[in-house]
Amino acid sequence: MNPTLAKWLQAPSVILLLLWMIVPLSMTIYFSTIRYHLLYQDRTGFIGLSNYEFFYTDPSFWPAILNTLILVGSVLLISVVLGLAISLLINHDFFGRGIVRVLLISPFFIMPTVNALVWKNMLMNPIYGLFAFISTSFGLDPIDWLSDFPLFSIIIIVSWQWTPFAILIFMTSLQSQDREQKEAATLDGAGFWAQFFNLTIPHLARPIAIVIMIQMIFHLSIFAEIFVTTSGGPGVQSTNLAFLIFTQALQGFDVGVASAGGVFAIILANIVAIFLIRIVGKSLTV
Amino acid sequence: MKIIRKCALAMALCATTALSANAGEITIATVNNGHMIEMQKLTPEFEKANPDIKVNWVTLDEGTLRSRVTTDITTKGGQFDVMTIGMYEAPIWGKNNWLVPLEFDASYDVDDILPSIRAGLSYDSKLFAAPFYGESSMIMYRKDLVDAAGLTITDNPTWDHMEKVAAALHKPDDGVFGICLRGKPGWGDNMAFITTLANSFGAQWFNEDWTPALDSPEWNAAVNFYVNLLTKYGPPGSEGNSFNEILALINEGKCGIWIDATIAASFVTDPKQSKVADKMAFAQSPQKATTKGANWLWAWSLAIPAGTKQAGDAKKFIEWATSKSYIELVAKTNGWASVPTGTRVSTYSNPKFQEAATFDEAELKAILSANPEDSTLNPSPYVGVQFAAIPEFQAIGTAVGQQMTAALSGSISVEDALAASQKAADREMRKGGYY
Repeated sequence: MNPTLAKWLQAPSVILLLLWMIVPLSMTIYFSTIRYHLLYQDRTGFIGLSNYEFFYTDPSFWPAILNTLILVGSVLLISVVLGLAISLLINHDFFGRGIVRVLLISPFFIMPTVNALVWKNMLMNPIYGLFAFISTSFGLDPIDWLSDFPLFSIIIIVSWQWTPFAILIFMTSLQSQDREQKEAATLDGAGFWAQFFNLTIPHLARPIAIVIMIQMIFHLSIFAEIFVTTSGGPGVQSTNLAFLIFTQALQGFDVGVASAGGVFAIILANIVAIFLIRIVGKSLTV
Repeated sequence: MKIIRKCALAMALCATTALSANAGEITIATVNNGHMIEMQKLTPEFEKANPDIKVNWVTLDEGTLRSRVTTDITTKGGQFDVMTIGMYEAPIWGKNNWLVPLEFDASYDVDDILPSIRAGLSYDSKLFAAPFYGESSMIMYRKDLVDAAGLTITDNPTWDHMEKVAAALHKPDDGVFGICLRGKPGWGDNMAFITTLANSFGAQWFNEDWTPALDSPEWNAAVNFYVNLLTKYGPPGSEGNSFNEILALINEGKCGIWIDATIAASFVTDPKQSKVADKMAFAQSPQKATTKGANWLWAWSLAIPAGTKQAGDAKKFIEWATSKSYIELVAKTNGWASVPTGTRVSTYSNPKFQEAATFDEAELKAILSANPEDSTLNPSPYVGVQFAAIPEFQAIGTAVGQQMTAALSGSISVEDALAASQKAADREMRKGGYY
């Protein structure tokens, strides 16, 4: 097998993947520079950057960017920290470990819309939700989660769904940790924290990097949870970039402006990705 | 990226529907309201009468339905053969030739349809959608609680009187809230109600020159009143409540007063689903400066998109679902109090219906008193009571609805919400080239 032939044999799949990316991207860029409003089929033509200007001058633009970053950052922090803590807790033999592990991972396999509905109606509802019931049994006023703390509520909902993903990854990689090394460290008098920082964290560097990467990709475009629970409100308190594009496209029916929003989203994702790769990339080049 | 994915999804769906659209198979998009759910249950009757037609249902909530059918009809997606639309869409889409004009034979008796509803579903005197049920809005209240408080509610009471009654009924410790009103953002959700409230305060959406009028003192007074009323005497979590959510609260006996769609009357008086069925009474909508536009007018209707290949079968279904005989079929199945109302004169003149329903007079009065051509105190350039029948309105109404929900939750002041609303409306109207 000579190398040139191998390259040629790879070509079809590479070209297909390129098309898979380039066609939608170029369509989005094309739509974002023309007048394209679904309700006004007769208005067409190239309008340069005015769709971008319209999207950028929308009063909800900066709040949406900020919300997107807060959402990604908080969920990443919560799920990585909690995921680490829980996977360390269940990293030794105890009775019923299998069942506990299955239960811990199960939220990840629930559909996002179902997850959001359960939280909205069964837990956070201020009249007949579980949290309201708990508050009233202690004689406190129930908290109206989705109206008073919309973004925080969504962070909770998404974290509950994604922490299990982190647990799953960390749990499996902890099993490959060198036991003899840990025993030697214990004999040398290293306590829990010393072992954690000098052995566990370096061992988990790569899994942590991977969890952060994958979760970031998913959380930048969180939509279902927002759509089901708060519809981006009250006001724009829980509107992220994905939801803002949705309101432009499917509630305003302006494909041009929504495509411009899509391009903004691509730019934002790339900026975040560059920063994250800088931060966690070091651990990937071991 | 999202929109591309949507387009790709639409293409995929078109491909699949194109493959599966056999002759004699129609797909109907509808909204998840009680009467439509009933229509789906009764569809086997239609299929028995027309063995060569199979009916597929796509049932969605109001907001999603609007996005889906509008996207489908404007991109010529062809996913649906029958669409459930309202009085906002019918004239605009009819004008654009996106819908098939409906012509029925004499037995259908098109003249039996209530004139204001028929006019609202027509363009250029051609009917583009057949009404499945029609509604206005009115006060629905717990007569037992109001009597116990020593108060009364008459037709068209003042808003100040309503506030007094709501205050008297508000006993959250007993699990009863004074008044329940819509708060969920959306031009068909909270804005439908807030617009009627604003109309009665003498406000309007647009001035004669099409500039938005949301910065007027009338809007300010109306929205301040609404936020204050619902914050003091409403249930917690109103920001997420629309028609179906409040209906559930009423049926559980948790609300003293509700001002909403007349169609709810047949549900709240139905002992099968309501715990307070025998305690409900009705009155015409409250007013402040005027009764003009104080109650809305809407009809959920069935229409045929122009791109369908199954127009014949689709028309057969529409004819069946909006006919007198369908109303009789529902009466036979569930009783006369549960039939879809607000569409036909013959329903209201039917003695069996008059006997079974406790709400028929109030409902008809409300529907007949709504006039989309003249619904504001001062002259306005648009048609529609709780909306303005222009394409920009959906985007504007949704944006303003978000601001109103924010004001209701207390995260911003009413003044800021209205200023932001005015700005959003102004942007859309400029983009639309009105001035």
